[in-house]
Amino acid sequence: MENYSLPPKPKNSLWKKIKTIVITLLVIGLYVWTFTGIDIEWSRVIERALNNFQRVIPKLLSPDWSATSEVALAMLETVFIAFAGSLMAAILAVPIAFLAANNMMGKYLSVIGKWILSAVRAFPDIILAILFVVAVGPNAFAGVLAIAIGSTGMLGKMFSEIIESIDMDIVEAMQANGANRIQILFYAVMPQIIPEFLSYAIYRFEVDIRASSILGIVGAGGIGTMIIFASNNRNWNEMGTILLAIIIVVTIIDFASARIRRKIV
Amino acid sequence: MTKEKPSLTADKTPSIYPAKTKMQVTLIFFVIIGIYLFSMYWTQREMVGGIGGALGNMYVVIEKFFPPNFAVLPAIWEPMAQTIQMAILATTVSAILTVPLALLSAQNVTTFKPLYYLTRTFLNILRTIPDLVLAVLFVGLFGIGLFPGILALIVFSLGILAKLISETIESVDMNPMEAMRASGGNTLQVIWYALVPQVAPQFASLVLYVFEINIRASVVLGLVGAGGIGLILNQQLGFYNYPNAMAIIILIFVVVIVIEFISNKIREALL
Repeated sequence: MENYSLPPKPKNSLWKKIKTIVITLLVIGLYVWTFTGIDIEWSRVIERALNNFQRVIPKLLSPDWSATSEVALAMLETVFIAFAGSLMAAILAVPIAFLAANNMMGKYLSVIGKWILSAVRAFPDIILAILFVVAVGPNAFAGVLAIAIGSTGMLGKMFSEIIESIDMDIVEAMQANGANRIQILFYAVMPQIIPEFLSYAIYRFEVDIRASSILGIVGAGGIGTMIIFASNNRNWNEMGTILLAIIIVVTIIDFASARIRRKIV
Repeated sequence: MTKEKPSLTADKTPSIYPAKTKMQVTLIFFVIIGIYLFSMYWTQREMVGGIGGALGNMYVVIEKFFPPNFAVLPAIWEPMAQTIQMAILATTVSAILTVPLALLSAQNVTTFKPLYYLTRTFLNILRTIPDLVLAVLFVGLFGIGLFPGILALIVFSLGILAKLISETIESVDMNPMEAMRASGGNTLQVIWYALVPQVAPQFASLVLYVFEINIRASVVLGLVGAGGIGLILNQQLGFYNYPNAMAIIILIFVVVIVIEFISNKIREALL
């Protein structure tokens, strides 16, 4: 009878063991810190929930159809904000992406470009919207600017990664043939990046639809304004209509965008 | 080469693209520009003073935000810590809840089609609702506080995480799973010994990625009363106390960057 035993386990070095212990302790420490810091008044939460469930949930599920036209108009404005914002971002992101890609400009410029992009990305959209609402007043254009700047960070990063992944042989071949920088840009770089750029810009439009639907909470236009009014007035029927509108529009745009992107790439 | 014209427009060289494609692209281009111009008109119609006035105004306002009043930092440190704790808790809970959902919405694990489509549809609908809208709903249900905020983060990140992880599961090597099944392993054994080792690193990486998203989301939840630093920010803006607000915004900025940096380093080490 042959002996079917498992192969011996690889021995862990002492260094690895210490590392595992330290990491485990750190994680435990983090959770202890979390659970001691969070203090939820459960009694109040449960009391509120018991009172509100009967009042809120049935109303949410029976949307107020009389508000349909108003909601549709606000949703349309949301789509406009997202569209204008993403298009601006898609244009703004291109030069920054070229700056940040390390195979286009020098190494140092690329580091600067990457820093600019990650700094922009660190601001949540809503915070940008707050700043722009203070600057241009509480209207939809503040939302457009917030979306434009917010998306530039993400799109710039994606674009620069695309540029970094292009086939540089073609660029070299053109250089060897004596093409100047503009010619290289148009005939070697652009054909390689345009489909993916478009694909990411359209994907970003999907994300921006979601983002712009909440900007109204700080006064930057779109359907968010209605959300905040409906919740302040405890008008849960209208909230049901708004939710339905968001779900439908986002689903349609996700679907359409996925189809277009599949065609492009 | 006697012609002065650049080769691009020379009539002798045939174009790379057929005329029909060119027409289509031009048409799409003009449609997009048209929608853009209309969007710009629509969003600016309520603006007082037009874009020129806005730019001038922006300078005046930005001046109001500076210099930020860093004297408030000790007072806002606690809500900031609470914000991070909310994100940690929410990410942990959704990482646990996501496991069954991700398995159910992975085509290669859930062979029972109706169940797969049901979970997929549920997750798709979940993902259409933005985080702050969820927060507004939960604040309406549970009252102002941390609990609705954490719940909103859990539900929001569940949608993203389950989708990403189910895609990871769908892309694994199926051979070990088949081998396990052929040698008589039951479903749980197959998942535990053939699937988990393959997806574990990606799982950890995606959870960290969602944690980054949650940090960003949690700093603004307070704007609708769902706890954390956003609440203080909203108050300060309400009082037109712009230097304090700027200090808070800068703190948020620094915290987000630091956490993202750490998380990126861990993810690089994982994969």
